[in-house]
Amino acid sequence: MKKTVWSMCGMCSVRCPIKVEVENGRVEWIEGNPHILKGALCAKGSAGVALIADDERPQQPLIRKGGRGAGRWEPVSWYTALDYIGEKLNKIIAQYGAKSVMMSCRGGPWADFFKTFIHGLGSPNFTNHDSGCGRNVHHASLSIYGLGRKDLIYDIKNAKHLVLFGRNILESLRIAEANQVLDMLDAGGRLTYVDVRQTMTGIKATRFFQVRPGTDYALALGLINAIIKREAYDKEFIEKYVTGFDELVEFIQPYTLEWAAKECEVKIKPLQMFVEELAGDRPRVVFHPGWMLSRYNDSFYASRSLQILNVLMGNIEVKGGQLFPKGAADCGVKGIRNLSSLITQKPADKRADGVGWKYKHFDKGPGLFHLFYDAIETGEPYPMKAMICYRHDPFNCFPDPAAQKRALDKMELLVSVDTHYSEFGWYSDVILPESAYLERESPIALQKGLKPRLIVRQKAVEPKFDTKPAWWIFKQLADRVGIGQYFPYNTIEELWAWQLEPTGYKIEDFNAKGFVELTDKPIMYDRNNLDGKFKTPSGKIELVSKVLTEAGLPSFKPYVSPIKPPEGMFRLVFGRSAVNAHGHTINNPLLYELLPYNTLWINKREASKLGINDGDWVDVISQPQEVTGTIRAKVTEFIHQDAVYMIHGFGRQIPLQTRAYHAGMADQKLQIGLLKEMDPAGGGLCLCESFVEVRRSAKNPKRSVEL
Amino acid sequence: MNKYMIYLNSKRCIGCHGCEVHCKTNKKLPVGPILCEISHEPLKAVRGVPRTEFQFRSCYHCEDPYCVPVCPTGAMQKRQDGIVFVDQEKCIGCMACAGACPWGIPQYNSETGKAIKCDYCMDRVDAGLKPACVTKCATHALKFVTLQEI
Ligand code: SF4
Ligand code: SF4
Ligand code: SF4
Ligand code: SF4
Repeated sequence: MKKTVWSMCGMCSVRCPIKVEVENGRVEWIEGNPHILKGALCAKGSAGVALIADDERPQQPLIRKGGRGAGRWEPVSWYTALDYIGEKLNKIIAQYGAKSVMMSCRGGPWADFFKTFIHGLGSPNFTNHDSGCGRNVHHASLSIYGLGRKDLIYDIKNAKHLVLFGRNILESLRIAEANQVLDMLDAGGRLTYVDVRQTMTGIKATRFFQVRPGTDYALALGLINAIIKREAYDKEFIEKYVTGFDELVEFIQPYTLEWAAKECEVKIKPLQMFVEELAGDRPRVVFHPGWMLSRYNDSFYASRSLQILNVLMGNIEVKGGQLFPKGAADCGVKGIRNLSSLITQKPADKRADGVGWKYKHFDKGPGLFHLFYDAIETGEPYPMKAMICYRHDPFNCFPDPAAQKRALDKMELLVSVDTHYSEFGWYSDVILPESAYLERESPIALQKGLKPRLIVRQKAVEPKFDTKPAWWIFKQLADRVGIGQYFPYNTIEELWAWQLEPTGYKIEDFNAKGFVELTDKPIMYDRNNLDGKFKTPSGKIELVSKVLTEAGLPSFKPYVSPIKPPEGMFRLVFGRSAVNAHGHTINNPLLYELLPYNTLWINKREASKLGINDGDWVDVISQPQEVTGTIRAKVTEFIHQDAVYMIHGFGRQIPLQTRAYHAGMADQKLQIGLLKEMDPAGGGLCLCESFVEVRRSAKNPKRSVEL
Repeated sequence: MNKYMIYLNSKRCIGCHGCEVHCKTNKKLPVGPILCEISHEPLKAVRGVPRTEFQFRSCYHCEDPYCVPVCPTGAMQKRQDGIVFVDQEKCIGCMACAGACPWGIPQYNSETGKAIKCDYCMDRVDAGLKPACVTKCATHALKFVTLQEI
């Protein structure tokens, strides 16, 4: 029997809409939703079939038998596992209060679910992975517009000039966005790319600046200076919507373009030409404010400066600029119902990570995960005893897993809910295996945009193993801790119907295309009347942020030059490949075939000083403690001499993942001490603020005396 | 005469290797055989920007294929429209075809014990569709060209 199933890809967090052809209970074909993506899909998207087939994933609930991380598991039934967690949670709650339980996820359209669970329980401690990802960008955007990072979208397709500071947009891949970039280039648009190394994105650029690591902020400051000096900014827009411009003009004086060129180690001529281009291309210029910007100790200010450049371009709500994503209300219709609407009383306790009371300038929503480690270690403001991670692997996404483990040993219950063995899951007490995305349904999600839509993930095939979807798992858990009322459904059909009720749509309305559009024409606001759209305290775009000022933080931070690595050492930077999504796809047989291990990129001149040839094994040694790993060197002239680079996600240590086990190296394991290094203004971790030593490894034998 | 070819617009290609996996999953291939391949030259700086070009290679579907006459069972065949393909029923997996092909294009499928190669997804083409790699190319950089149309 053949059927077509509309779904959403789950191989990475982009969640591209897909169309799945199923025959006799087997996935025969997956393509990008033809109505949205015209079939396009990345390698991971197709490799979804290998994920379902893969038996190197948890096949039923597992309860730990040996010590944490020892890898001895007792396979149990779902009811045994759920009862076990329920009992433990109830005991912990009775002794320490609900607030001692925390819940983390990976953000995204279904975060409402997990937030409802933990808030329903009476704990304020909802969090996610973002302090190791986009928090600096989010907080930078909030400080300027009062809007989060996702509250403005980029009309790249219609831009004349896209400027990317390390945003490797064609490798950290989002299918629709990548196509917009290529469409823009096909239409003659310009792409300026700034990074410490060349990337797949940089090779398509019209301009490329290879900067010294950690100097993004300097370059952005120099550009602001030059744009203002040349009066190449939108005066009318600034007059109308912006406060703090005069303070900016005063602050920016010393940071000339010439100064920036020197600081960043780039040539001044091309920089000047770049400024000329910007002057001609505005307002259809997009400065991407960054995605994963938990990098340097001034990344928050770098992202702020990129947003200031956007403001100077006057690119808000113009074609080819930044646009407000529209929601249901903009279409004059009602949106879907969220579970969190059932929570009438927010938890009264203050958050254990200090966000909202100790750190008032941070977004309270998910807080900052890494700050929980302080609370876990010290028991202040109160003891933390249980952690549930849904799809989030803190050992993969935060630095120094060894330090994390030491803290977690103070906790009584660690639960991992995931489709695969995560490094955290392997250390946890209970693994609840979620069904792979093709084997499960997800709640209906709203995707905002010029044409907002409702979209749904339907189940393509039955689970191969004894795994369950998240909507079922959390309903079951909720029932066991007495908060079942917040999950008012028994089946996914009931949940969908409940979500859709205010909208008037039925799940059958998704049968034609997999989504429902809330409008047929793109919606734009009147650019001359954007009052009320900026959610800062003053309602204006605030270059001097009231929130930052109140927190005692500068809106314009004087630039501090990053320290150069000591002799023989390098700044460790990391990035993504288009064929893997962080760590969780490394073990996929079809993706492993494409990229079985990562390499260490090292500058050619530096390599020759160290006697390292392309393909040699090298030892990478962390500071201050010695963590050593061995990896193959990729010697190239297209990386700055101060940096070495590796693709993130490798070096996994789960024996049951036979392909990924010890394949390549994990950058986060070398980031000793960085768990507590956060940008105090942006809340993001400073993951590129570590140095490593590189040596030619003894593993390169001159002789081998085997028979 | 050959009727079809696959063309890669290198300007749009982002080297994501999606096409390779699209092909493999469509043909249900295990780890091992890869029927189409994206490759690129080492980077070279052009006017300040280190660049490269991408190439796409599957099978050339030669006008006069080397692989067809050497096949002892007649499994390797060329169709009227130029598509060179392996008849899986007849193939005995001797891999003489791979030896004869100057580019070693035919691959061994360890799961079936037979040869496999790009056949422009002829079942899809016959159904009015495009090859898997072209249909799902992440950036629409691949085009399936019907030569008679030019
Ligand atoms: S980018 Fe690729 S892996 Fe990510 S959702 Fe889209 S198709 Fe799936
Ligand atoms: S397999 Fe080799 S010889 Fe045969 S058609 Fe293809 S390219 Fe030509
Ligand atoms: S492997 Fe199959 S197709 Fe190739 S020569 Fe042998 S029988 Fe013919
Ligand atoms: S899928 Fe398209 S963009 Fe990706 S490597 Fe293949 S041809 Fe290039």
